[in-house]
Amino acid sequence: MSEWMNRTEKLIGSLRVQLTGEAHSLSVYRFLVNDIMELNGFHCDGEGCAEEKEEEPPALMLPRSKTETPCSLIATPGADSEAAGGSALREQRVSKSTPVMLRLDSLKKNRPPFPWFGMDIGGTLVKLVYFEPKDITAEEEQEEVESLKSIRRYLTSHTAYGKTGIRDVHLELSDLILWGRKGNLHFIRFPTHELPAFLLMGRDKHFSSLHTTLCATGGGAFKYEDDFRTMANLQLLKLDELDCLIKGVMYIYSVVSSGPPECYYFEHPTDPERCEQKAYNLEDPYPLLLVNIGSGVSILAVYSKDNYKRVTGTSLGGGTFLGLCCLLTGCSTFEEALAMATEGESTCVDKLVRDIYGGDYERFGLPGWAVASSFGNMICKEKRDSVSKEDLARATLVTITNNIGSITRMCALNENIERVVFVGNFLRVNTLSMKLLSYALDYWSKGQLKALFLRHEGYFGAVGALLELPNPS
Amino acid sequence: MALCGGADRGSHSMDKSITLPPDEIFRNLENAKRFAIDIGGSLTKLAYYSTVQHQVAKVRSFDHSAKETDGDPLYEISVQEEITARLHFIKFENAYIETCLDFIKDHLVNTETKVIKATGGGAHKFKDLIEKKLKLKVDKEDEMTCLIKGCNFVLKNIPHEAFVYAKHADSEFRFQNTHPDIFPYMLINIGSGVSIVKVEAEDKFERIGGSSIGGGTFWGLGALLTKTKRFDELLQLASKGQHTNVDMLVKDIYGGAYGSLGLTGDLIASSFGKSATTDKEFSKEDMAKSLLHMISNDIGQLACLYAKLHNLTRVYFGGFFIRGHPVTMHTITYSINFFTKGEVQALFLRHEGYLGAIGAFLKGAEEDNPNQYSWEENYAGSSGLMSVSPELNPVQRARSGTFDMLEMDRLERQLVNLPLLQDATSYIPDTVDLTEDALAREYWLYCFEEALDGVVKRAIASQKDQPEAVERAEKFRQKYRHKLQTLRHQPFAYGSLTVRSLLDTREHCLNEFNFPDPYSKIKQKENDMALKYYLKVVKSVEELSWEQRQFTLAKGLLAGNVFDWGAKAVSDVLESDPEFGFEQAKQQLQERPWLVDAYNQWIERLKGPPHKCALFFVDNSGIDIILGVFPFIRELLIRGTEVVLASNSGPALNDVTNSELQILTERIAAMDPVIHAALREDRLALVQNGSSSPCLDLSRLDKVLATVIRERGTDLVIIEGMGRAIHTNYYAMLSCESLKLAVIKNSWLAERLGGKIFSVVFKYEVPSKAQEQH
Repeated sequence: MSEWMNRTEKLIGSLRVQLTGEAHSLSVYRFLVNDIMELNGFHCDGEGCAEEKEEEPPALMLPRSKTETPCSLIATPGADSEAAGGSALREQRVSKSTPVMLRLDSLKKNRPPFPWFGMDIGGTLVKLVYFEPKDITAEEEQEEVESLKSIRRYLTSHTAYGKTGIRDVHLELSDLILWGRKGNLHFIRFPTHELPAFLLMGRDKHFSSLHTTLCATGGGAFKYEDDFRTMANLQLLKLDELDCLIKGVMYIYSVVSSGPPECYYFEHPTDPERCEQKAYNLEDPYPLLLVNIGSGVSILAVYSKDNYKRVTGTSLGGGTFLGLCCLLTGCSTFEEALAMATEGESTCVDKLVRDIYGGDYERFGLPGWAVASSFGNMICKEKRDSVSKEDLARATLVTITNNIGSITRMCALNENIERVVFVGNFLRVNTLSMKLLSYALDYWSKGQLKALFLRHEGYFGAVGALLELPNPS
Repeated sequence: MALCGGADRGSHSMDKSITLPPDEIFRNLENAKRFAIDIGGSLTKLAYYSTVQHQVAKVRSFDHSAKETDGDPLYEISVQEEITARLHFIKFENAYIETCLDFIKDHLVNTETKVIKATGGGAHKFKDLIEKKLKLKVDKEDEMTCLIKGCNFVLKNIPHEAFVYAKHADSEFRFQNTHPDIFPYMLINIGSGVSIVKVEAEDKFERIGGSSIGGGTFWGLGALLTKTKRFDELLQLASKGQHTNVDMLVKDIYGGAYGSLGLTGDLIASSFGKSATTDKEFSKEDMAKSLLHMISNDIGQLACLYAKLHNLTRVYFGGFFIRGHPVTMHTITYSINFFTKGEVQALFLRHEGYLGAIGAFLKGAEEDNPNQYSWEENYAGSSGLMSVSPELNPVQRARSGTFDMLEMDRLERQLVNLPLLQDATSYIPDTVDLTEDALAREYWLYCFEEALDGVVKRAIASQKDQPEAVERAEKFRQKYRHKLQTLRHQPFAYGSLTVRSLLDTREHCLNEFNFPDPYSKIKQKENDMALKYYLKVVKSVEELSWEQRQFTLAKGLLAGNVFDWGAKAVSDVLESDPEFGFEQAKQQLQERPWLVDAYNQWIERLKGPPHKCALFFVDNSGIDIILGVFPFIRELLIRGTEVVLASNSGPALNDVTNSELQILTERIAAMDPVIHAALREDRLALVQNGSSSPCLDLSRLDKVLATVIRERGTDLVIIEGMGRAIHTNYYAMLSCESLKLAVIKNSWLAERLGGKIFSVVFKYEVPSKAQEQH
């Protein structure tokens, strides 16, 4: 294995070649590579495609590691225009007997102009990913317009923007190769209600003069399209949020190879003593239940990279947690609410099975610790008067989380899927909920279901949007 | 409802030390045999079984062999005391529990039992109090088991128990037909939490899931958010709120719909999502509404996921969160519709609040095999579904709902479907649903109210020897008038309102005040008179040609049916002119072509081979049965067709009862060798139908009758009279040939059907081959 890894390294140059400690089988690489290839237009299911395959140089034909991916990107004809693998455009990418160098030139020509952004405007948060090129040549530096430089400097030299914008530095992916350029991928978020300020900044920094396409997904891409045009003179490329979400997940998982594992789970979730975070090898990921917990919740059954359906959703999501916490405790931010929840105790707020039956309800296999009625103790005035804000925050968190777990479990059973990946910003710094979900899924499914989590939890939609950049239609 | 007589009395009932009116609640307590109690979070449901002593009219044949004088009546009528079993259920607020226990203690004369079955979350809390007051040992039963037992019981025994709730429809309650097989079903009990139970058979059920987000969450979280303490008040708040001020909708995120997923803009994307993004104050009403939607949607969603996983389509909802509250029934219905795209309907139960108490009672009464019997809701002693207008403020609601009652009478016979129904699952006895047809409802309520004086008079006349009959009749009048008034405002109170239910309610009320058979003497007189003409009629028919004879017999049958004291127009004529005779009736009949006229097809059929066996649901006493029905079936018997005459088990109006028919048939057999031979050879059978109604529900017939029908290979069903062939069964589809015959003795109804008074319906139906195979 190491032999061809070296070869790849030689071929590509200064790429990160750090594999995670887990033993990856060949098939894993094939999956990942295929996936990325497909993502970038290598979707080989047509006749023309088979021909094309034969004419590829062998080394480029079957790249076998994640690190090869950028290579395929460089060398792929049409990759620039088809990052999404849009089927309508598939035929166009066939350019028989094109030398590799020529293709590189064409890539350069068709490469989207900087800046490279992907945006996901949700109900509560705007998620922004920004690709900062690190391989800028002196020539480019000279050519670079002031506004572009200013945007780059502004975003990369700060970790906070205004009062509410935050760059999640720990999530930054450095030395990433995207469309032949090397750079760092930054992850930034700010509240959706700050969008007007963001647009004003875009106007002030003459963003529109760059003639770039702004790829945006999430409901806000539709809701604020006019505002983008009128306030900042920007034209949005609106993208479906679920398409973007799945693309983003697959892409990020494929490019993260070093540092903390992208995908992880909690081992021994039912045993607090032994419960610990472990890397998970998402080999052969399909079928997969993808649960996106933002303001609300969407549950998708993903059968392959472009075959998925939205199974259901629930309005009891992160927005509900924060909304109820604000009303019940007077807090105003997710962090505050979460901090209180960590301190609190939900058992005095909720009515447990043992509160009703004195212990387990054995006839139906209900353990005494199970919640019989969320907030059930609050029907009693004395108990209402004695609970703390922290207890209420905790109960809210537990209620919302358990409910998501319960609906997810039913969907998994109905769809006959055993693997569940939870994403979305509700899980940000929310180990409490992640452990609770792990526990609930494991306990109620008797170990059949596994709850998986991804480090870049809330940013996949934005990443998916970014990947559409070379696809201006 | 029993206590909502006047304003001062109502306010009095709010006082927790009320004096209980023993006439109205806890009836027959002195005969109570067994007790069960279900104590919930706010309401107590008491169940007891008692025997009711009431009068029944019996007929007994005189010994006519000794002497035969013209002046003697045919048979004697006597009133006897009979004891029947009745189940009483009373629902009241927990606040009254001590008063009620004291009352029970004082009125309980002698009871065999030493235990009281108890269930519900509050059972342990009041255990000591009950044991101290009643000196009965409290025996706790599992809540869920009781709930399921109770649910099975009401689904099996109460037609129109289940309903679909449609807030914006003409009739909010759409009652469902009782499916002959009630299993499998799913029961979702929304108490403080939610339990989801799959029920596969009488004793086979499983809790397949649940949720902690339930009624307790609405109440607890609602109390925290709005500082409103009472559950009812929270619902009241919710019904006035705007959830869109608090919830983040799809359009708040998208600016419109999320078209590619088919999510409309008004859909809730995030419950309480707006309260996280703004600092503004939210109104109590809006928060309560948002909370209600959140919880209802969540429960609906889980219900659908479980229904899908277990492949169940009948989903019943119960628990205190639902309990007749239009607001929650509406939101749950909406949610189920949304999540199943209309494939599953949310069903609610009329007696949902009693399930636990019924189940606990049944648990304790297992040795009496209560499930072996058929039971019937007694309309006279049951409160019916309360008016649950959300505009009513909670205090009013609480007051009017203070004491709610349900009484179930044990029937002497087990009831089953007519085996000849084409599709028992879709059979609906009643022709017009007055719950939905407001015009018809107006008319019939008016009609029954108009007729009330006459009924009272008749009731008194039937018991001339009993001076206190006047007082009882007056009580009957009040009770029935009150029922009619209730039904005017709450037509859904006892399930679908129909002419049949109005008639049955009247019979129940008459029985309640010991008027078991107000028409007994009239029937006796008419029977006597008609018998004298029997031979004459038979002979005159015999002289006719075959074709003429068939027509005369059919016409005779219809003319006989004109004699009906139940129909107002006829009772008017009969009262003023008792000489109104059979021949006159024939002249009154509409000339052919009749309003519905399939006579030609019938006569063609008669030219073919005889039927194997005809089942005849007979109607009135006197001229109808003796001069109309008997000559007609006599011809059938001569043709070689066996005949089963199905008559009422108990009295209703002037309908001939089975015991009367036995005597009449004997008398006719004594005169007529054809009938005599048929009886002797068992080609003519008299079987009771299991009913005491002037109408006919073919899904609740005496089990013995069903067996006889099956054994004899019945291939013709004849249904006679307005009550049985027009008000009910007009559209009933049978798997064999059928004749539905009636004279419309009501001008309003005749006009509705496009005819005039005394229009004739002669409906002859042959099922198509395909349907027969079906």
